[in-house]
Amino acid sequence: MKFAILVNEGPYTHQASDTAFQFAKAVLAKGHEIFRVFFYHDGVNNATRLTTPPQDDRNIVNRWSKLAEEHNLDMVVCVAAAQRRGIVDDGEMKRNGKDATNLAPGFRISGLGQLIEAGIQADRLVVFGD
Amino acid sequence: MLHIINKSPYDRPALDSALATGEGAILLIEDGVYAAAKGGKEEAKIKAAMGKFKFYALSQDLEARGIADRVADGVTAVDYAGFVDLVAEYKTNQSWL
Repeated sequence: MKFAILVNEGPYTHQASDTAFQFAKAVLAKGHEIFRVFFYHDGVNNATRLTTPPQDDRNIVNRWSKLAEEHNLDMVVCVAAAQRRGIVDDGEMKRNGKDATNLAPGFRISGLGQLIEAGIQADRLVVFGD
Repeated sequence: MLHIINKSPYDRPALDSALATGEGAILLIEDGVYAAAKGGKEEAKIKAAMGKFKFYALSQDLEARGIADRVADGVTAVDYAGFVDLVAEYKTNQSWL
């Protein structure tokens, strides 16, 4: 079965980002496919590579990147939510005249249409948020 | 429909909103699992709705909050694999955020 996952909450906020990650792992462990993970609202903060949590804490961002690499996941960050919160890739840096990028590996910035497409293409869409 | 509740019933009315839909399955996760505590204020509400809803609670979140060994009768504990199975079993799901 094809799953899509929507993450609306930032890392280290309440629990939604952690639950979404554990759910994604369980989906893959069960042999299902993840069509896309879409990060929206404060969820886009899961995609900054500049976080430095204490060494004895989980690294939520790196954990997503690793999962994406291992399973070739499509992890999409909403562009409008990213612009508001300072999540920047090369294209956004040039377009908006910024002096740096911070998008973590495995993520890409795109539009809300990607969420709609995931809702259409996947058999199930599960929402995690605050 | 599978209703996913991640908020404590003492914080937000998500459980009541799900129950108001009439029937289906309810999965309690994160702070939502407090509703499943035996002897808690919500126990009677869950018991009364049992004819119309099936109740599940995420075992990792029950354990994290120290209530895994006193879950209200009729609430089934499931792990993340069980969470995935429930989503697959029900054609639609709603997270009451």
